[in-house]
Amino acid sequence: MLGTGLLQGLAVTAKNLVGSFHDPERYVTMEYPEVKTKLPENYRNFPFLVHDDPKDPLGSLRCVACTICETECPPQCIYIVMDRDEKGKALKRPKVFDIDISVCMSCQICVEVCPFDAIKMDQHYEIAETNRFQGLLLSREQLSKSNAYYHQLHPTEAAAVDALLAEQKAKQAAAKAAKAAPAAKPPAPAAPAANPPPPPAPSAEAPKPPTPPAP
Amino acid sequence: MTSPAAPSSFPSGLPSSPGAHVRAVHDDFHGDLLEVSMGPHHPSTHGVFRMIVTLDGERIVRLKPVFGYLHRNHEKLGEQTTYLASMPYTDRLDYLNSMTNNWAYAIAVEKLAGQAVPERAEYVRVILAELTRLLNHTCLAGFLLQDTGCSGTPLMYAFREREKILDLFESLSGSRMMCNFQRFGGCRLDPTPEWLAAVRQLVDGYGRFLDEFEALISGNEIVMARTQGTGVLTPALAISAGVTGPMLRATGVDYDLRKVDGYGVYPRFEFRVPLGAHGDTYDRYMIRILEMRESIQILRQALRDLPAGPILDPKAKNRGFRPKPGEAYGRIEGPKGEIGFYLISDGSPNPFRYRVRPPSFVNLTILEDMCLGQTVADAVIILGSIDIVLGEVDR
Repeated sequence: MLGTGLLQGLAVTAKNLVGSFHDPERYVTMEYPEVKTKLPENYRNFPFLVHDDPKDPLGSLRCVACTICETECPPQCIYIVMDRDEKGKALKRPKVFDIDISVCMSCQICVEVCPFDAIKMDQHYEIAETNRFQGLLLSREQLSKSNAYYHQLHPTEAAAVDALLAEQKAKQAAAKAAKAAPAAKPPAPAAPAANPPPPPAPSAEAPKPPTPPAP
Repeated sequence: MTSPAAPSSFPSGLPSSPGAHVRAVHDDFHGDLLEVSMGPHHPSTHGVFRMIVTLDGERIVRLKPVFGYLHRNHEKLGEQTTYLASMPYTDRLDYLNSMTNNWAYAIAVEKLAGQAVPERAEYVRVILAELTRLLNHTCLAGFLLQDTGCSGTPLMYAFREREKILDLFESLSGSRMMCNFQRFGGCRLDPTPEWLAAVRQLVDGYGRFLDEFEALISGNEIVMARTQGTGVLTPALAISAGVTGPMLRATGVDYDLRKVDGYGVYPRFEFRVPLGAHGDTYDRYMIRILEMRESIQILRQALRDLPAGPILDPKAKNRGFRPKPGEAYGRIEGPKGEIGFYLISDGSPNPFRYRVRPPSFVNLTILEDMCLGQTVADAVIILGSIDIVLGEVDR
């Protein structure tokens, strides 16, 4: 009969109208500034830098200014300058580390490519600014956040990262101890002790020259 | 027709004289043709799209689509960034379906580099792609009905369900729409059992939502009168124009890349491909509803069979990725049609050529053919039924 489809639709609307007062699943409105939704652990918006020592937030940054994230960043919003001493020797820490979060597109690629777990994604989203030009250009002072903060945001991920870093540290310490042990035997010549890395390099290349003449 | 003076009464700027169905210049009460510019700022155009419509009374005699307002140089950007850095840009093509865009791009790069994908990742990709299909078709049903004039109610019901899928995407990938989730050789993260349980819950409830939605509107006499016989597309025209996806299947052509290519693990699932009979706007709406019902079946099977194992191939390399010189075209059945990426590698970290085959853009090319002889109000719903996203049309 003509009109049954219409009436059927109206019945659905009526059911939904009544349901919105009785069904607890339908109470979805949140009074935003007072009540905030719980963000999922994986939620990301903008990057921050992790530091290990809360007393020295700039000195203990994990970042070594390798600029991998700067080159990989799709919209090119990261700017890094390595810190150097008077002689020009690289100090393996950033002198300038700026992220323009008005350009950043929250893709998390900097986090994925960082070999030092130094850059992670923040979840702070109330970032409205009145300053048009510098307000959203974050320097390393603003970006530096503690490891505890990172744990608070992404507990599972941070625990895994800490375990990985501890493992790496133990490995490094073991390697250092192993290196220190042979170095301790010949104490007199200081130069050979400093050289151990170079000798393996030529020896690894040594077998190569004989191979080309063979075929 | 016999009067040689007739063409002179056309508005200037028309490239050629309109067809025989134009009455304005042939009867005794003739007036001028009227040119109306719809858009680019028009709510019915789903973005910044402009239609220059030439009207004879109320009937459309010519329609010239104008686009490019959202052009962002996507393909050139892809050639200037590394392979990985293009992944988040693909999210921004069709911003409703970032998961399937990611997958199509990942398939193209995996073909180029000969990268294997673990089985668990293939299943997770299917789950995400079908969720995306639900998301896209739900949105489309809401938008299309909004265009027909069902103000608010269907759109809000649709967005209520869309919200649940977006929440799932957010808890998995960290972002609601710009997921950036697929990687070359798998996925970025392994879904947790809690997430999979949430998907199961959503899938179990989705059939109920579809029943409700259909009871609300599918049988509505006004909607039927408005959409049936409007914007008819013939199979021959659809095939010759390269139309794909639900648009093509609504005309009755059985072509679904999930069946034709059988990419990923789709051959392992049992599902049907719904086909239309008339190719009109109502068929295009109905096809989407039926596809969602099939997607629910695929999701049930994928969730049941999801194997354990690694989510990302251990040999997969994201940073410093340099495929051997060569070319590859990867395509999948996206919710809007065939989405494909064509890549040429010259051995450097950036692709030499990066080309997107966007379904929205190709499907939009037949807009004029479907609108001729219809009214302006019909043009709005015909455009709505094509299901375009301007981010993908303009790139």
